[in-house]
Amino acid sequence: MLLEIRNLHAGIDGREIIKGLNLSVEKGQIHAIMGPNGSGKSTLAKVLAGHPNYEVTEGEILYEGKNLLEMEPDERAREGIFMAFQYPVEIPGVSNSQFLRLAYNEKMKHLGREELDPIEFNELLKEKAKLVQMTSDFLKRSVNEGFSGGEKKRNEILQMAILEPKLAILDETDSGLDIDALRIVAEGVNKLRNSENAIILITHYQRLLNYIQPDFVHILADGKIIKSGTKELAIELEEKGYDWIKANSAHC
Amino acid sequence: MQVKRETVYNEIFRISASQTNQPEWLKELRTEALSFFSEVGFPSVEDEEWKYTNVAPIARETFQYDFKVESKISEETISKFVLEEAKKSFLVFLNGRFRPEFSNAQSLADVKIASFTQAFNDPDLQKTLQQKLGSLVDYRKNGFTALNTAFIEEGLFLFIPRDKIIESPIQLVFLTENEKIAFPRCLIVMEEGSEATLIESYNRNQEGKYFTNAVIEISIANEAKLKHYRVQRESHNSFHVTTTCAEVQCGSVYDSTNITLGAKLSRHDVIAIFKAEGGQAFVDGLYLVSGEQHSDTHSVIDHVFPNCLSRQNYKGIVDGKARAVFNGKIFVRENAHGTDAQQSNKNLLLSNEARVDTKPQLEIFNDDVRCSHGATVGQLEEEEIFYLMSRGLHHSLAENLLTYGFAEEIVNKIEVDSLKSQLDEALLNRLKAKL
Repeated sequence: MLLEIRNLHAGIDGREIIKGLNLSVEKGQIHAIMGPNGSGKSTLAKVLAGHPNYEVTEGEILYEGKNLLEMEPDERAREGIFMAFQYPVEIPGVSNSQFLRLAYNEKMKHLGREELDPIEFNELLKEKAKLVQMTSDFLKRSVNEGFSGGEKKRNEILQMAILEPKLAILDETDSGLDIDALRIVAEGVNKLRNSENAIILITHYQRLLNYIQPDFVHILADGKIIKSGTKELAIELEEKGYDWIKANSAHC
Repeated sequence: MQVKRETVYNEIFRISASQTNQPEWLKELRTEALSFFSEVGFPSVEDEEWKYTNVAPIARETFQYDFKVESKISEETISKFVLEEAKKSFLVFLNGRFRPEFSNAQSLADVKIASFTQAFNDPDLQKTLQQKLGSLVDYRKNGFTALNTAFIEEGLFLFIPRDKIIESPIQLVFLTENEKIAFPRCLIVMEEGSEATLIESYNRNQEGKYFTNAVIEISIANEAKLKHYRVQRESHNSFHVTTTCAEVQCGSVYDSTNITLGAKLSRHDVIAIFKAEGGQAFVDGLYLVSGEQHSDTHSVIDHVFPNCLSRQNYKGIVDGKARAVFNGKIFVRENAHGTDAQQSNKNLLLSNEARVDTKPQLEIFNDDVRCSHGATVGQLEEEEIFYLMSRGLHHSLAENLLTYGFAEEIVNKIEVDSLKSQLDEALLNRLKAKL
């Protein structure tokens, strides 16, 4: 098992948002987590990535059998966890390529593998940038600074391509994207999926799932997974809306 | 205390003045400046302009003054501080004196370069020198400008004739030995339509205690353009005070970038005055201090004439127990309609004991203007640190990288490649970051 979440309770500023969540993810799987605003989707992503403001009050998360909650965010990243941010942060003054090489080399160092010098790394970067149709101009610019919404999201997927995570959590990567940008991002993700990694797609809408086919769909409401199924569940949800699922679950 | 230190400077002045063959007008100027200094002494914290910077450590110290042209600094040492792009366009100051024999001006054939002594022997240059020297920086500004003026000996007069475009950056290399006091003095006159890049670099040769007290006067005629990079990287045990004043004429551009990394106690007064319509001034800077360093920048941008543009972007990074002061005044005079002025001072505090005192000031006496100013003092953003950590960077590396990024906006302005990469390296080393 790559990731196992058991009875997770978590929140921020003393407010509980995740209220007993269970989820198991195996290598090679794509899980979509859908839910209305405020259901705890982004909180789950941030807890997995180790955001310092979020507090876990109960339950456990095992990643490759190890206690994830004891690991710092940077340790998690080096161990293969990657979160694509809903709102990627701008880092003025640091170029995209400098930043990516630094992150890449930190990981290589951790794995006891050889670090790349700027020339070697640029070769790798050029190759990976094609995945999300990014030009070298983007690589020279400061990280996310002045990027459009779509460019920021593509940059997140580029980072994912460089870091090759074992577990990628895409937090509303589809939000704010037009159809072209959505297609580029989805194609990038599809090329990165393989039998050795897993992806958790967090999304409000079904449309991303037209491009990235999930193996499982989970509906999150009020901090709990209230229904799990296959991709047909997402289509049904799209047709009937979140009220249907809420009403439905109340009867159960 | 007061009596003792004045006696010291009076005594060295008496010897210095008795040795020179300077023209009468300069002897008079020097004598007046000394008597002004004797009257006012060094500034005190009771003076509003020096409220946050206590110069008592300078006043207390006794330094040695070079009466003769002598120093133990070798050509080899000097060459370490010469930038790649300026190998044939650097001018050297040792212990405050301009030393043509250590300089190389091969690619500056279009520039008139003279020590003050050389300029006295050239009727044209002498006339301009007499007219301009001390006209931009009044010795009565404070005790430091008075003292510098009193000790004008071998300064540099740089004259860029009409329409000359100087391709090579002109580097002024300042080196001062331990225990010495240096009074560098430069007058830079640019005629109409000329263009040049000036690098004013104060360097650390030894980690000792010494005192540099400089005055740089710059006159930029109509349609002339100067890019001015000032880099202060003196010994962390030294004292440094500089007053820079640039006058900007019709359609001329003064673009300055001031980097402060060195000295134990430093003060930079930078003044840009618009003397005609349609000038532009960019007065930007970065101060990065740590340990027990103290850095003070006082700037004045004076919109005397209409339709001039000024931009000021100063950034500060303060670590350890260091302290930084920024005071930026923009004056828009009654007549100066159509003024466009912006000022920003952003500071990053990296420790709980670091301190910044910032005071941006706009004084506007005309309604038809566009002006804005602002100052911030803050710490690194938690979200930014988390973002970098989530990509596998250790907490300290994330912090250092963000700090570097904060500074880069200023360093990126520098168009002399080797200077820019030197500063990048210095910043990264200092922050223990890497790229």
